[in-house]
Amino acid sequence: MTSKQSYHVSPSGHYGDFGGAYIPEMLYANVEEIKNKYIEISNEPEFQAEFHQLLKDYVGRPSPLYKANTLSEKYGANIYLKREDLNHTGAHKINNTIGQILLAKRLGKKRIIAETGAGQHGVATATVCALMKLECIVYMGAVDIERQAPNVARMKMLGATVIPAESGSKTLKDATNEAIRDWINNAETTHYIIGSAIGPHPYPDMVTRYQSVISAEIKEQIQEKTGKDYPDYVVACVGGGSNAAGAFYHFLHDDRVQLILAEAAGKGIDTGHSAATSILGTKGIIHGCMTLLMQTPDGQIVEPYSLSAGLDYPGIGPLHAHLITTKRAKVYAATDDEAMQAVLELSAAEGIIPALETAHALAILSKMDLKSEDNVVICLSGRGDKDLNTYLKYIEEHKIEL
Amino acid sequence: MKSIRQTITDKGQNVLNIYFTAGHPTLVSTVDIIISLAKSGVDLIELGIPYSDPLADGLTIQKSGEAALRNGQTISNIFAQVKEARKSTDIPIVMMGYFNQFLQYGAERFLKDAYESGVQGLILPDLPMDIYQNEYQSMFEKYHMEISFLVTPLTSDDRIHLADQLSSGFLYVVSQSSITGKSGDLSDTQRQYFQRIQDMKLTSPQLIGFGIHDKKSRMEASQYAHGVIVGSAFIRALDGSQNVKETIKDFVGGL
Repeated sequence: MTSKQSYHVSPSGHYGDFGGAYIPEMLYANVEEIKNKYIEISNEPEFQAEFHQLLKDYVGRPSPLYKANTLSEKYGANIYLKREDLNHTGAHKINNTIGQILLAKRLGKKRIIAETGAGQHGVATATVCALMKLECIVYMGAVDIERQAPNVARMKMLGATVIPAESGSKTLKDATNEAIRDWINNAETTHYIIGSAIGPHPYPDMVTRYQSVISAEIKEQIQEKTGKDYPDYVVACVGGGSNAAGAFYHFLHDDRVQLILAEAAGKGIDTGHSAATSILGTKGIIHGCMTLLMQTPDGQIVEPYSLSAGLDYPGIGPLHAHLITTKRAKVYAATDDEAMQAVLELSAAEGIIPALETAHALAILSKMDLKSEDNVVICLSGRGDKDLNTYLKYIEEHKIEL
Repeated sequence: MKSIRQTITDKGQNVLNIYFTAGHPTLVSTVDIIISLAKSGVDLIELGIPYSDPLADGLTIQKSGEAALRNGQTISNIFAQVKEARKSTDIPIVMMGYFNQFLQYGAERFLKDAYESGVQGLILPDLPMDIYQNEYQSMFEKYHMEISFLVTPLTSDDRIHLADQLSSGFLYVVSQSSITGKSGDLSDTQRQYFQRIQDMKLTSPQLIGFGIHDKKSRMEASQYAHGVIVGSAFIRALDGSQNVKETIKDFVGGL
């Protein structure tokens, strides 16, 4: 079954009304070079061989698809967890950084920069830079450096320089601004590894392609487990949206599969402390692409809020903006508290401590209208080690008995 | 009022365009700064619209924008301030902002309000040239808004010609591959790049900006173009100022 609408990027870099490349001239040459070469380079047999070898031997792919029996019983459906948390470095982010580092090498770049929110993308970038012996600079919001200390330490051990972003809300948006400014200043030597399905074309498509290994594997694994090569639902959390883009990719045009996004409501959608972009956002430009973002009528970007550093972003990838506005994907929002409940629930029920970002995808299960025969795949995008400080603090403050 | 382009070509050389952020250091200072700059002999004024996420700008302009936004600056208020300043001066004024601001305000409404307030030109560094050509050029022409596109050391000759052809104000020659606010002496690479552009015999007058911060850099760069744009250095001067009028007199006098 296929839908008529296309959810792939157009030659001009658009997803319906969204996408494009709205960048200052200083970045034009770099973005143009990547645009002209990324597909050709990524399709080279040698690139493909190296990419898949590294995904297998270094990352540990394929990641398992695990049937979560306790959750299944509780929510009255067949719940499968796509275990991206078991990847090397603990999240899906490394799929993309492996792809982009191989691209950067072929473009002859000597220096790598990245932005990071929760630190997972920063760690994944620092890791591949150590592997490939390339200089690595990671921009991270000062607030995030505070709340994701273990990942900061990991990046440093891996040889990366972590530079705090002190502007604005000192979170992911500001780290991205700083990374873009660095790129402008070092355009000729540097490749910018964007970690999410955001940024100017071709970044959203490039990141989605490197992450699409997630849905390619789901297709095979769900066939093995259920006899059907598609699930009824794919559920993923969304900040910028790279794990969701990867988990959806091979099902985008399969109408039998319902695509579900979980965004961060923060303290509640109407509290003024939220990152629920699909509801609070309007069409505009952030970080070089047209998409949905939280902004004032004058076009000033509004500072978002989520307890989860990885979802604390005022925009959403242009693919997702297109999926949402065409109603191909449905969005649910989960608050900080709901996400924390999901963290505790998954830890106790299945023996898996998820990342706080990922927990938003688990938290919306109770809001979905599931039937007993439904096969639901949740992208378990990352593990919770990095969030232990946040978790322990929350448990203490809320006097939760473990 | 004389157009931006006419003003630059009439003077022919050593044109001085001063940038500052509207609403910095205080909300009400904008009108005074415009009038004082005009009196001090500056040829053009570039009025920055403060933005939450100015990707092409260094720390100085970022901070001035944050201050202006804290002071409550809005796009409508900037138009009102230009209108007020227009009672005292007819110095050409170009506004510089980011494409999202232009879009959210509403493209046609922006151009109409800008025109009616006395703004003559616009610089939107993240507006792609093809989008301008396909969607906005006729609207700009309707409101007599002179647009200026940027070229950098990494811009190909073909694109320089396109930017030249599409610019109706001046061609903004970005002096180095960087964000705003870097200072230092001009390098040989920069001189070669300026020479390359000068040798192209372009139609639009050219102003060199980014990193022009004192008399020496102004004089050197002015040999290769119609003039220069000074921004961050002026904002830093305003930051430490007790008396805006005196500061402007001294700053412009020192250039």
